[in-house]
Amino acid sequence: MVKPDIEQLKKWARQLRLDVLMMLNKAKSGHTGGSLSAADIIAALYFYKMRHNPKETKWPDRDRFVLSKGHAAPIQYAALARCGYFSPKELTTLRRFGTILQGHPDMKCTPGIEVCTGSLGQGLSMANGIALALRLDKKSSRVYALMGDGEQEEGQVWEAAMSAAHYKLDNICAFVDFNGFQIDGAVTDIMNIEPLSQKWKAFGWHVLMIDGHDMGQIVKALDDAETIKGQPTMVIARTVKGKGVSIFEGKYQYHGVPPSDDELKRSLEELGISADGWPERVI
Amino acid sequence: MTKLIATRDVYGETLAEIGAVNKNIVVLDADLSSSTKTNIFAKKFPERFFNMGVSEADMMGTAAGLAAGGKIPFASTFAIFASGRAWEQIRQSIAYPKLNVKIVATHGGITVGEDGASHQAIEDIALMRAIPNMTVVVPCDGVETKSVIHEIIKYNGPVYVRVARGKFPVVMPEDYKFTLGKGSVVRDGKDAAIIANGLMVSHALEAAEMLAKEGLSIRVVNMSTIKPIDRDIIIKAAKETGAILTCEEHSIIGGLGEAVATVAAEEYPVQVKRLGIQDRFGQSGLAEELLVHYALMPKDIAEAVKEAVKKK
Ligand SMILES: Cc1ncc(C[n+]2csc(CCOP(=O)(O)OP(=O)(O)O)c2C)c(N)n1
Repeated sequence: MVKPDIEQLKKWARQLRLDVLMMLNKAKSGHTGGSLSAADIIAALYFYKMRHNPKETKWPDRDRFVLSKGHAAPIQYAALARCGYFSPKELTTLRRFGTILQGHPDMKCTPGIEVCTGSLGQGLSMANGIALALRLDKKSSRVYALMGDGEQEEGQVWEAAMSAAHYKLDNICAFVDFNGFQIDGAVTDIMNIEPLSQKWKAFGWHVLMIDGHDMGQIVKALDDAETIKGQPTMVIARTVKGKGVSIFEGKYQYHGVPPSDDELKRSLEELGISADGWPERVI
Repeated sequence: MTKLIATRDVYGETLAEIGAVNKNIVVLDADLSSSTKTNIFAKKFPERFFNMGVSEADMMGTAAGLAAGGKIPFASTFAIFASGRAWEQIRQSIAYPKLNVKIVATHGGITVGEDGASHQAIEDIALMRAIPNMTVVVPCDGVETKSVIHEIIKYNGPVYVRVARGKFPVVMPEDYKFTLGKGSVVRDGKDAAIIANGLMVSHALEAAEMLAKEGLSIRVVNMSTIKPIDRDIIIKAAKETGAILTCEEHSIIGGLGEAVATVAAEEYPVQVKRLGIQDRFGQSGLAEELLVHYALMPKDIAEAVKEAVKKK
């Protein structure tokens, strides 16, 4: 197993946060809070754990990633660009007419996107299907999925929870980006999903609870999940919506609101990153 | 300057107004109340508002139960999730027993814009129209939306109303009153008739104005109720103009176009041409860019009318 360079991964997470802020500000629409809360998990997946080859996007032995909370597409697009799936220049076209970077992940438009998401609650079912196909083909590739905590309210999530356990899909490792907020407010106020870890356990999953902004914990969870046999693994990652920028942190009002020019300026000051040379220059 | 109003805004305000008078009204949403504007009602009447979270199927079933319990539920979310995610719940639990649930779906069509295909309902009218007992309405502007919300409460049964995200021109006069099941002639003419709904009514009026300069007299019909369809107004248009163009922000399959064409074919066959999304998915872009791309602008309508007239 390769040893993770935690400091380097943290740097990548910072880069992805910068990319998200810049992309959304340019696009003038899109989802800030849920993209930022997932930055560390996405960085660990794309720059450490996943076996993938940006030059051969359909490599049969690749690990797969399904962004079930598809509205966080910008964070995945940033990772794909930084891994070399396409030019970082494309990041400036997010949500524009004719772009390869659609508002929600689209496997027909974007290299590195495995399925079409955006309608919440459907991603885990598709991840299960991919995992079943890999098993039939005797592949050791793994399937990763990321859901939102609000997304846990969709009934289909629990149908998929049941089938993954039923079919003993130990090649699946799913995450819940547990940032505590959905669109209309706090998850506990809108539609309580707790006790979440007990639910997943009761549905037959191996459950890990981590701090979703602690790179060491994320990496360890990813490594541990690989050792679990006979059942799928759920990583419930405690996160902060809008993580990294205090203007957005813990504010559901920024769920689907992009940073204004002024907010972008203040965000970059807070992160201590310069936008000079973006998107080509890597920080 | 024409006034621009988002029909979803009018929906939210009207619902809150009526809710103050009619205590039987209850409102459900699926974590989109700030976008569907049911949050105005929620603030005023929190005890009669139920946020179901991101669970559209559960929301529709709960609405059915509330209606069975004598309430008048309004259930709202984006059109794609209302009509798509919860279709069978609507069919089985609401429409089959003809329960008094009002589904007001916002963000219909491609003018949703940047969110892209996953969020652009272009099949919702077809899906809802196909269900027995279901009434389907697409108001053309803010004035009509207000009247629609008032009128559907007087009707006892399931109704699907599609409103939009964007701000659209107001075309109906302030004192206009919507009648369920009736279309209205918003401009008279003899050479052809454009039968439209939603935003396309204002685009059709612009097209008619353009064509008037070329000497063509074009009738424009606002067909806000798609089901039950106003057969008389279609037959009259067929007889008096001899050519019909339908225009909708929806797939040409299963929507207004097919409803009108069927009536014309059965009752008084004339040239009918359908403008709409040509059996394709939407995509990201600004609403205006998409309207141009999918050929739903006044100029596209004018071209199509001329073709239809030529074929008379
Ligand atoms: C089926 C479906 N219903 C509604 C929506 C609209 N929507 C987009 S994001 C969202 C809230 C999601 O909250 P959460 O899963 O907690 O995401 P996060 O906070 O991580 O962004 C909703 C309701 C959707 N995309 N899909």
